[in-house]
Parts: sequence; structure tokens; C-alpha cells
Amino acid sequence: MADSYTPGIAAHRLEAEQIALNFADLHPPLDAHEAAVAADRCYFCYDAPCVTACPTAIDIPLFIRQISTGQSDEAGRTILGQNVLGGMCARVCPTEDLCEGACVREAAEGKPVEIGRLQRHATDTLMARQDHPFGRAPETGHRVAVVGAGPAGLACAHRLAMRGHAVTLYDAKDKPGGLNEFGIAAYKSTDGFAQAEVDWLLQIGGIALEPGRALGRDLTLDGLTAEFDAVFLGVGLAGVNALEAAGTDRDGVQDAVGFIAALRQADDLSALPVGRNVVVIGGGMTAIDAAVQSRLLGAETVTVAYRRGRGRMGASRYEQDLATSSGVRILENAQPRAILGNGAVQQIELEYTADDGTGLKGTGETLRLPADQVFKAIGQTLTLAAGLEADGAKIRVDARGRTSAPRVWAGGDCTPGDDLTVVAVAQGRDAAEDIHAELTGAARAVTGARIGDAART
Amino acid sequence: MADLTTDFVGITSPNPFWLASAPPTDKEYNVRRAFQAGWGGVVWKTLGAEGPPVVNVNGPRYGAIHGADRRLLGLNNIELITDRPLEVNLEEMARVKADWPDRALIASIMVPCEEAAWKAILPRVAETNADGIELNFGCPHGMSERGMGSAVGQVPEYIEMVVRWCKAYYDRPVIVKLTPNIADIRKPAEAARNGGADAVSLINTINSITSVNLDTMSPEPSIDGKGSHGGYCGPAVKPIALSMVSEIARAEATRGMPISGIGGVTTWRDAAEFIALGCGNVQVCTAAMTYGFRIVSEMASGLSAWMDDKGYARVSDVVGRAVPNVTDWQYLNLNYVTKARIDQDACIQCGRCYAACEDTSHQAIAMSPARMFTVKDDECVACNLCVEVCPVEDCITMVELQPGETDPRTGRTVEDASANWTTHPNNPGAVAAE
Ligand SMILES: Cc1cc2nc3c(=O)[nH]c(=O)nc-3n(C[C@H](O)[C@H](O)[C@H](O)COP(=O)(O)OP(=O)(O)OC[C@H]3O[C@@H](n4cnc5c(N)ncnc54)[C@H](O)[C@@H]3O)c2cc1C
Ligand SMILES: Cc1cc2nc3c(=O)[nH]c(=O)nc-3n(C[C@H](O)[C@H](O)[C@H](O)COP(=O)(O)O)c2cc1C
Ligand code: SF4
Repeated sequence: MADSYTPGIAAHRLEAEQIALNFADLHPPLDAHEAAVAADRCYFCYDAPCVTACPTAIDIPLFIRQISTGQSDEAGRTILGQNVLGGMCARVCPTEDLCEGACVREAAEGKPVEIGRLQRHATDTLMARQDHPFGRAPETGHRVAVVGAGPAGLACAHRLAMRGHAVTLYDAKDKPGGLNEFGIAAYKSTDGFAQAEVDWLLQIGGIALEPGRALGRDLTLDGLTAEFDAVFLGVGLAGVNALEAAGTDRDGVQDAVGFIAALRQADDLSALPVGRNVVVIGGGMTAIDAAVQSRLLGAETVTVAYRRGRGRMGASRYEQDLATSSGVRILENAQPRAILGNGAVQQIELEYTADDGTGLKGTGETLRLPADQVFKAIGQTLTLAAGLEADGAKIRVDARGRTSAPRVWAGGDCTPGDDLTVVAVAQGRDAAEDIHAELTGAARAVTGARIGDAART
Repeated sequence: MADLTTDFVGITSPNPFWLASAPPTDKEYNVRRAFQAGWGGVVWKTLGAEGPPVVNVNGPRYGAIHGADRRLLGLNNIELITDRPLEVNLEEMARVKADWPDRALIASIMVPCEEAAWKAILPRVAETNADGIELNFGCPHGMSERGMGSAVGQVPEYIEMVVRWCKAYYDRPVIVKLTPNIADIRKPAEAARNGGADAVSLINTINSITSVNLDTMSPEPSIDGKGSHGGYCGPAVKPIALSMVSEIARAEATRGMPISGIGGVTTWRDAAEFIALGCGNVQVCTAAMTYGFRIVSEMASGLSAWMDDKGYARVSDVVGRAVPNVTDWQYLNLNYVTKARIDQDACIQCGRCYAACEDTSHQAIAMSPARMFTVKDDECVACNLCVEVCPVEDCITMVELQPGETDPRTGRTVEDASANWTTHPNNPGAVAAE
């Protein structure tokens, strides 16, 4: 068996038991008593800042009060009614930047109510029941194509099905879930939760899943608009940005998303090869996840090299701390210049950077790190070219999620906005409501917070 | 260092903290350990008449109200008086008193409302050398169905009668323990005094059903699917006990009568409040049953530190200090005008004051788009609900308007002189101000 000091890229660096421990649930669920104690800390704020901070506007004070009165199932209904992927969001949301960051107890004591873990408690409780909590309105006769079975597409499909429309849900991959299934760190979505959540969601009925069917390969947008009354695109960002440095073709240089996808699909994590010395280029969630998981697989040294300072990293402070506490080194203000080696990568040369206000520049000073594996995590890009108007590198949409093409909506990572699971869910849900309004002439449902502005004088 | 020694109706104890008559004082083993822990005195678990002792239920005796993290806020019980033979209790009492002469040991008694019954038990209690007796006229469950406990405590004439018997057949202090399950607590206290009682102690437990099991539809604690009301005690009953104590402390007929304060005493502060309202000492049951005997250390050190801080040398210096400030509503100064003020630096923007005032009070708090909450002085009636619901202590305070200032709500100038309802023009029975 290999260990952390075995040179090159090797599997079995750690015992299977150690791997299992390393990849255990990052935030284990609260039991009923812990949940009651945590729930009691909520002040039931008026027009609560946490609700405003939640992209899906879950009524957080209400669901927490439901937990504290012994009605965790009802709490789950409150959450999932606003955010059907509330279970995954409870696991993956950067709550420190969202609800918990806005919690008044964060302001008061630096210790917010544990909203994420309470949400997990409530959704776990409700989803453990065999029945599906939502029903369908009578069939409308309308048919909608949803392309992409990631968070945006799933949320859209579910809401459309609820409203009585017949949905065909296409995905290029042979497994649904999008990045929930292929991207999210393994210790956030344990025990096959992503798959279980999709199965649970599809219980509503009225959604025909068509895996292995890609728009642009097996389907065309014109074909879809001809066949369906409306089309929703939730195709995410399937491409990755290229790294500008010499030697990126050497063996051992990989896309971080590919590594993570392989990791998420591995039956036996200990059999997954990882470098002894790993360098990750980038500063977002993907970079952090690739780095942390490399360490957890047994890499001896892992460095995240980011071209700017830590304050500018896309990964939240919490994620950065998670990385450093896992033994990952975060190297700030350094960009790759060359990847060195004889066939396979052996070293990476980086150059320090500085920004004097006119843009980021190399300082000329370089350093070299040993590297058997280099992960590129400098952003994902939209690959779909469906003739739609663009907004930067993404699909242009209006406030209702409508693209430049008639009867075509889009949401999630492929459209502007933060690339977060919860944002994708909100956009998918709201597009569904707009599609429903458009198809039936019904008034567009209000999906935002209920109290809100009306109260403010 | 403040002197915590107390002399209550001639009974001295090293501190004013006694254990109330209840399971903590049910036997020699407990009481010795309580004294070791530092309790100033105990009222032994209520004794019954000679003969076969009472029996308790063999299922659960307690129901409870819990706060966050299962903190016990209120306790309910259906336990009866001691279920051990009288002679065993008396022997144990005598032994403990002999070994702990500096601690107060009081015998609690409940026998049928017949002179012979009292005449029989009192000499036997006297033999134990107990410092005094407490008449349990308070137990609201079980015993009351048999014409004892609160069934006696609810009839002032019976109280007076039994106290007279006790004063006739017993020569040490007689304390009468009152039931709160009565409309006017002053009546039984007055009866006790008329009968010659040396002191009253209150409160015993309050009739209560703490909860209903919604699966079995039985009240808790459930005995084979049925429940009966029990007696409520613990932190939740303190406000009720304080009010009743104050009534006795200030009523003409009972003023100056020694009071042993009972009901929800959990910390030194609770004790200090009972003492300030006229109690010569306090008795504790639920707090000891929840946390064990060691809490007396906190109570004693806390009371002593607070007294040092305030410059009180003896417990008796504190007794009754707050009584002159307890008055009737009609005498409250209606010219005292305050307004709520929100400290913007302390405010955490939860909006609870807004919801409370807007939804349920006087619509006197404004909320800006940036979640800044401010009081509208022209609407604020000074109810202070916002203060009570604010999670941040001292964030909202009530600021007094000075004489000469105008109250923007009423448009009236605040007057210096005090004026109350008795002279108010809206009061049909108002008397002309002098
Ligand atoms: C490594 C990594 C870690 C992350 N961690 C977090 C986290 O912890 N918390 C968080 O909130 N967010 C995280 N994110 C971001 C989050 O995963 C995304 O914002 C979210 O998944 C976006 O959802 P989506 O539905 O828009 O896209 P995706 O999840 O990308 O789903 C798109 C789906 O469309 C399918 N598809 C693509 N092209 C086509 C086509 N042409 N035809 C048919 N189907 C197609 C794909 O197969 C995929 O199933 C992470 C992202 C990555 C990459
Ligand atoms: C289980 C239990 C049994 C009690 N038994 C008696 C008793 O035998 N005699 C009595 O005078 N009071 C009895 N009480 C009442 C207590 O002495 C005391 O008056 C009451 O509990 C209020 O005080 P607390 O709030 O400190 O508990 C009992 C209370 C409890 C909880
Ligand atoms: S004191 Fe009462 S009326 Fe005044 S602001 Fe507060 S809640 Fe409103």
C-alpha cells in the first residue's frame, strides 16, 4: 500500500477507514434535542434579515419556530415549499455569506442561529417520510421542456409539475443532479444524498426524465420550441477556462472539476489516485474543494495558488478556513508561469503578483513548488451556442428569466448572477412561475418574502 | 462581610435559607446532607397522624414545564405527605436536631381537623426538640380530598381553630403554611394571626395541570391513563408568591407578622426579593430538587455579596424594605410620563419591538428601509412592551419627561406635582385635590 510520501500520483495513500472518517458529513445533522436548543436562539425577527439574505426567501423564523414547537415536518414543508432543494441547500449553502451572515445574533454576539443545520434537521425529517409533500394541480395540457437536470432545471421542473404542466427533463449526462451530483464536495453531500433528493423530487409526477440527451448534440432549440409550449435552459457551465502557462499539456495537469466529478462518482475513494504534492490554481469554491479533497485522500502537501489576496477569493472565509484547517496552504498573490517536468509534471513555477491600481502584474519574483498533480480551477464557462443573446459570457435574461428567444427561459449558472446552488433554485422556480403565468394567463405568483417592503415607512 | 444569621420568631439559623417541607426533607439521610451542604434550616416533610401512613401513587408524581434546553421552569406534583411511619420520622428528627443544634428544624404537621388528633401528636413532636412546627394547610391534592391540607387552608375559621389548639398544646413557635388556592390570601393570614400563630409561610403549591398528552388524552403525570390536578411550584410561581407575600406584609390586619417566603426561590436574588417584601427568611424546594443541595452556596454567597455592596449588615436590615413601595393602582402617579428610547448602537435590528408595538400596541415605532427602528414620541404611551420583548438588555429604556416638558402625544405639559386616579377628572368618584 502507498502512503502520503509515495512519489507521483498514487491510489491507496490512506486506509479505507481513515478515508471514510475524512469524508464524513461536514455538518452532521442535529438530533431533536440539539435542534430544539438551536431553534430557541431564534428571535423570530420582524421582516427578518435572514429571509432577505436567502435567495429563495425561505420563511426562516417560521420554520425555526415550527421546529421549536415540535413540528419539524411542518418546518420541512415551509422550507421545501419555497426551495424544493432545501435539503441540498442546507448542506452546501455558504450560510456565512447568506442567512447566517445576516442573522441579528451574528451582529450581536458573532454567533448566528445555526440556520443551515436547522434547515437540514427539518428537511431530513420531512424527507425521511415515504410520501412526497407536494401535489400537482390538475393537468393543464401544456408541455414544457427543461434542459439540464441541475438545481435550476430540477427546481423549474418541480414547480411546473406542481402547476399541472407536463415536463420533459433532458440532461446531457446519464445521471441527473448537475453539480449536486458531480461537483459539490463529497463531505457536504454524503450517503448518496444528491441522487436520493432527485428521486424524492421526481415523486411529484408529471416529469419525464430523459438522461443522455444533450442540446446541441441530440436536440436543437428550434426543435424544442417547435415541440413544446415553453423551454427552460438550466445547462450550467459545462466548459472550463484554459490556463495560460507553459507546459499545461504535461501529465498530471487536470481540470479540478473533472477530478471532483471522478471523486464524486467513485465507489471506493481509497482507490482514487492523488498526487503526493498537489497544487491547485484558482481561488473559488472549486479550487478549495479540489484542494481539501486531495488532502483528505492523503496528499502530503496541497497548495492553493491564487493570483490575488485572500480577501478577493471567491471561496468564502469559512471555506478558506476549512482548507487551512485541513492542512492546505493558501498561497496568495501568485500566478503560474510554467509547469515543469519530464513528461509528467514535477514542479510548478509561480510568479508573485502585485496590483498597483492599473491591473494585476507579475513582480518578476518567482518560486517553485514540487508538484505531481496540478489542478486548474480558474472558472467554468458556458459552452452552449444556441443563438441566444449573451450577457458577458452568459445567456442574457430579463428579471423574469426570459431569454432573447420567444418562449425560451433560462436560469442557474448559465445566466448572470452568483454561481450558487440556491441561486439556481430560485431562478428555476421563478422562471417556472413566469412560464406558468405566460401559458395560462394566471397572475404571476409572488415567490419572495411576504413581509418585506410593505412594512417599511 | 454581611451577617446572614437570622432570628425568625426566636428560631435562629446561620442563614435565611431553609429547605421547605418536601422530598428533600423527607428523612434523616437527606437532612444531614443538606446541613452539611450549608442549609440554615429544614422544615421536615409533613407528618401525619399515628397509624398506617398514607400511600403514594406508584406511577409518576411529577409534571413539568420546560424552557429552552429543558430548563425546568415549573414543576407539578401529586405526592402526599410522608409515607413513612410517624415514629421513624420522630426518632430521626430528634437525632438530627441533637447533632445539629445550630440549625433550624421545624416539624410540618397535617392531621385531621379534630382537637384530639392535634393533642395527640404535638407532645410527641415536642419531644424531638424541634424548634417549632409548621401547619400544612396548603397541600392542594389528595390530602385535601380527605378534609386536610388546603381544604383547611381555604376556611379561615378552621385555621384559627386549629392554631388555637396548637398554641394550647405546644409551647414553641407555630407557623401556618398557607395555600395560594384562595381568592384573598389576607383572610387566612389574618385568621392565623387571630388564632395566635407566630408566623405564616407561603406559598404552598398551586392547583395545576401542567400538560395533556395529546396521544392518550390524559393529563400528565399520567397514572394508568388518568391524571389528577397537582400542585405547581418552581420558578414559574415566584411572581404569584411575591404578590401574596406583599399583600400580607401591607394589610392592616397582618402587617408586621413574620413571614417565611416560599415559592420559586431559585437564586440569591429571588431570596432577596422575598426578604425585601417582608419575609424573615425563605424556604426552597424545587430549586433543590432540580439542582441538588449545593445551590445553597450560591444563594448564601450571592446574598452576602449583594448586602455588602448595598451596605446592609444583617438580613433584618433588608426585611420589608420594599413594602412601603407596594401600593394600589389608584395611587400611582399619573403625572409621571416616560417615552421609550432605542439605543441605536446597541440595537441589533431584530424588529421585535416593531412587531410588538405595531401589531399589538400603539403603532409608536417606525421602521426605516435600512431597518432603523425609532420611537414616535407622539404615539408612545410608555407601556414598555418593547423593552420587555427586546432581546438586548438596556437597548430600549424608558426615559422620564421632566416637569415643564410637553408630552407630544397628549400635548400636555408635564407637571411637577404627583396626581393619581383618586383626583383624576375622568374618575366619577374623584375627590377634589387639596
Ligand atoms: C466544484 C464545485 C463546488 C461547488 N460547491 C458549491 C457549494 O458548496 N455551494 C453552492 O451553493 N454552490 C456550489 N457550487 C456551485 C453550484 O454547484 C452551482 O451554482 C449550481 O450547481 C448551478 O446549478 P445549475 O442547475 O445552473 O447548473 P449545473 O448544476 O451545472 O447543472 C447543469 C446541468 O445541465 C446539464 N447540461 C449541460 N449542458 C447541457 C446540454 N447541452 N444539454 C443537456 N444538458 C446539459 C449538465 O449535465 C448538468 O446536469 C459549486 C460548483 C462547483 C463546480
Ligand atoms: C414533591 C413535592 C412534595 C411536597 N410535599 C409537601 C409537603 O409534604 N408538605 C408541605 O408543606 N409542602 C409540600 N410541598 C410544597 C413545598 O414545600 C413548597 O411549598 C412548594 O414546592 C413551593 O416552593 P418551591 O417553588 O421552592 O418548590 C411539596 C412540594 C413538592 C414539589
Ligand atoms: S413603550 Fe409601548 S407604546 Fe411606546 S414604543 Fe414601546 S411598545 Fe410602543
